[in-house]
Amino acid sequence: MLGKLGWSVIPFDQPIPLLVGAVVLVVILGVIAWVIVAGHLPYLWREWITSVDHKRIGVMYTLLAMVMLLRGFSDAIMMRAQQAIAYHSNGYLPPEHFNQIFSAHGTIMIFFVGMPFVIGLMNLVVPLQLGVRDVAFPTLNSVGFWLTATGALLVNISLVVGEFARTGWLPYPPLSELTYSPGVGVDYYLWSLEISGVGTLVAGINLVTTVLKLRTKGMTYLRMPMFCWTTLASNLLIVAAFPILTATLAMLILDRYFGFHFFTNEAGGNVMMFMNLIWAWGHPEVYILVLPAFGIFSEVVSTFSCKPLFGYRSMVLATMAICLISFMVWLHHFFTMGAGPDVNAIFGIASMIIAVPTGVKIYNWLFTMYGGRIRFATPMMWSIGFMVTFIIGGLTGVLVAVPPADFLLHNSLFLVAHFHNVIIGGVLFGAFAGYNYWFPKAFGFRLHEGLGKAAFWFWLSGFYLAFMPLYALGFLGMTRRMQHYDVAQWRPWLIAAAFGAMLILIGIIFQVAQLIVSIRRRAELRDRTGDPWDGRSLEWATASPPPVFNFAISPNVTGEDAYWAIKAHAKQQDLEKREPDYVDIEMPRNSPTGFVCAFFATVMGFALIWHIWWMVAVGGVGAFATFVAFAWRDHDEYVIPAAEVARIDRAIIAERRALLGLAGSP
Amino acid sequence: MVDATIAYPHSDPHHLRGMEASGIAHSGPASKRIATGYGFWIFILSDMVMFSAFFATYAVLLGQTAGGPSGRELFDLRNVAIETAFLLASSFTCGLASIAADTRSTIWFQLGMAVTCIFGLGFLTIEGREFASLVARGAGPTRSAFLSAFFTLVGCHGLHVSAGILWLLTMMAQVFAKGFRPDILRRILCFALFWHALDIIWIAVFTVVYLIGSAA
Repeated sequence: MLGKLGWSVIPFDQPIPLLVGAVVLVVILGVIAWVIVAGHLPYLWREWITSVDHKRIGVMYTLLAMVMLLRGFSDAIMMRAQQAIAYHSNGYLPPEHFNQIFSAHGTIMIFFVGMPFVIGLMNLVVPLQLGVRDVAFPTLNSVGFWLTATGALLVNISLVVGEFARTGWLPYPPLSELTYSPGVGVDYYLWSLEISGVGTLVAGINLVTTVLKLRTKGMTYLRMPMFCWTTLASNLLIVAAFPILTATLAMLILDRYFGFHFFTNEAGGNVMMFMNLIWAWGHPEVYILVLPAFGIFSEVVSTFSCKPLFGYRSMVLATMAICLISFMVWLHHFFTMGAGPDVNAIFGIASMIIAVPTGVKIYNWLFTMYGGRIRFATPMMWSIGFMVTFIIGGLTGVLVAVPPADFLLHNSLFLVAHFHNVIIGGVLFGAFAGYNYWFPKAFGFRLHEGLGKAAFWFWLSGFYLAFMPLYALGFLGMTRRMQHYDVAQWRPWLIAAAFGAMLILIGIIFQVAQLIVSIRRRAELRDRTGDPWDGRSLEWATASPPPVFNFAISPNVTGEDAYWAIKAHAKQQDLEKREPDYVDIEMPRNSPTGFVCAFFATVMGFALIWHIWWMVAVGGVGAFATFVAFAWRDHDEYVIPAAEVARIDRAIIAERRALLGLAGSP
Repeated sequence: MVDATIAYPHSDPHHLRGMEASGIAHSGPASKRIATGYGFWIFILSDMVMFSAFFATYAVLLGQTAGGPSGRELFDLRNVAIETAFLLASSFTCGLASIAADTRSTIWFQLGMAVTCIFGLGFLTIEGREFASLVARGAGPTRSAFLSAFFTLVGCHGLHVSAGILWLLTMMAQVFAKGFRPDILRRILCFALFWHALDIIWIAVFTVVYLIGSAA
């Protein structure tokens, strides 16, 4: 009836996950109870859960990422604490728990922090920058988000019901095969990533189509803001790489559930095939994450230097070059696994070549700043922090791209330090820059600058203190994922790293405080212009937060830095006098399809993990029925009448006029 | 809505009419029909990437029979040829159904789709019998890595055909209940793309799995 499920799967003997799980459960139930008692549920359902508005979905993605960041970071700090004390002792985490923690940490940070953070920002910003009203497929967008949330939910359920994988964030066989991992941990991993992978693919298809097919009048490719270009590149990679992940994990599922022999030791299975397949997805994934961050830095550096982006076309070229080359370097993740010197040399060189376009980008940002009037607002701080940090990470990357060096450093903490250096210094700093930069656009008020800067400084110093020792430890021969050790030399470095993690914790506390304080003081932080940073691209042309239709009149773009041109033009002419002709606007209707579909996906995923076959059928039929019901509705759009559009737009213009001291002029 | 045509898109898919002499002007967002078709093409490309992973796996594991039967002993090319004929015929009738949708001819559309469905089911039946007989002969997917790869690749295509038939029936029901609405026409367009793409993948399956496989 309930498959493998029973009371024994709840880890009553392990106080840490049980306590954490209980606290999280109480918090979630408390929030839900508060929402219901305070009567917010209809509002949430109507305006957020069923929303197909790209801005709302973008905000929800970002929120998911930030909540998951707390979870992933708790794992990190537990590991740092364990390694700081586990010298000649077992520490406080038993090995099987420690192994689950490092697996969950990596999985969560990549799939449920990095991905939703960048996809959320792309969702929020790209249609605005392109001057259009929504993404190409709004309902599908909602489905994608909720499927990602399903994946995150399943990973977190594993904390208290059963266990998570103990295999690392990529479940290398044969360890991940049924013989060596008989529990449900790997199954939790596989199904949550299969489901959220579908969500990511949907988001990728949606954004590629949006950039390529939905641009406002005059927005040619070479007038698109840099962030749109990096979005295009990143989502092309999603479309090309995520299906490989889906296929690879499906093969592992077949091995585990039906006794197939893809990656087993017996009957001709090939373990190395898993490495090749998973990294054929895994390396592009790195660029899926970091390319949008590059786009964010381009926007931020240009805006806060009050200059157009230096070398725009070379930046486009560099982005697309990275997009292409990222598919040709996957083998550098397993130089040591015996491909031979010729193959290793080719992939080593390809890996070094990819540093060239990245270097072009760094110089472009530096030259954008050169001679500019730089304002050191929080997004700019993150960007400068990124440039310094990412260069170090990139250089250590070139170092491990040299096969002989990699033979010494493979699977050591040097590698761990390297990829944290690029992912934190690149992706996360970029996400934080974007978060501070576009927050006023999404909500109509700025984030508190002082607390934002405090968070930045603690994150930056914490990062260096936490990860520079790991480089040293790599040279000292410490491998990754050690639950305990007995080398005295390592200990001081590990204690330093633990202190670094504490500094990052303070940074995160400042970020939470920044959000709370900003919400409480939103009146004084209000952005009434819609353009708090003196921006250059079209998202700043509309109000903050933008009306549901984004632009009352579709903008007509005549060059790069579209909004900058409009502003210059308006100043010359003392603001546009003539009122535009407003027309009716058709907008997609909200739909619960995404949420309901994800509900059934959750049921199905959970049932598959626990072998509850009747429930799998219920989930599958439910998901299909949801789609048919959606396809059956008669009205998928509603019309905002021209009068209403005019009313909203006039209010926005009046507010701007008032701010510019032009009140009274026609 | 003029732009809801399927087989003959009259609505200037590449915006050539909107182009100015300089060739750099951009006339604004594409119509829904264009965007939907385009997005679905991208989905099909991603699906083909997924298949390519299974194809690569099959190629790697082709010789890994673990002492069990190889493709030469197992594959019955006559059977596969009939299967192929069914699928190609279904693609032809699917094309007829698309043209019928263009001319808003409900009867011919339903007929075309029904015949497509029958051919599709015929294909699945033959494939199912092939699978069943292999399992009965002790050559199931758990026998060797080669057979795991074979069953997964061919089965994945079969699953796609099954999903396609489910979609096909839904479209027949939709046209029956709602008629040729623009959104339904867009879905028919996507369905047709999907069905033809399965043909393309089958050609590769036929070549790589059965022809090369029975030579190995």
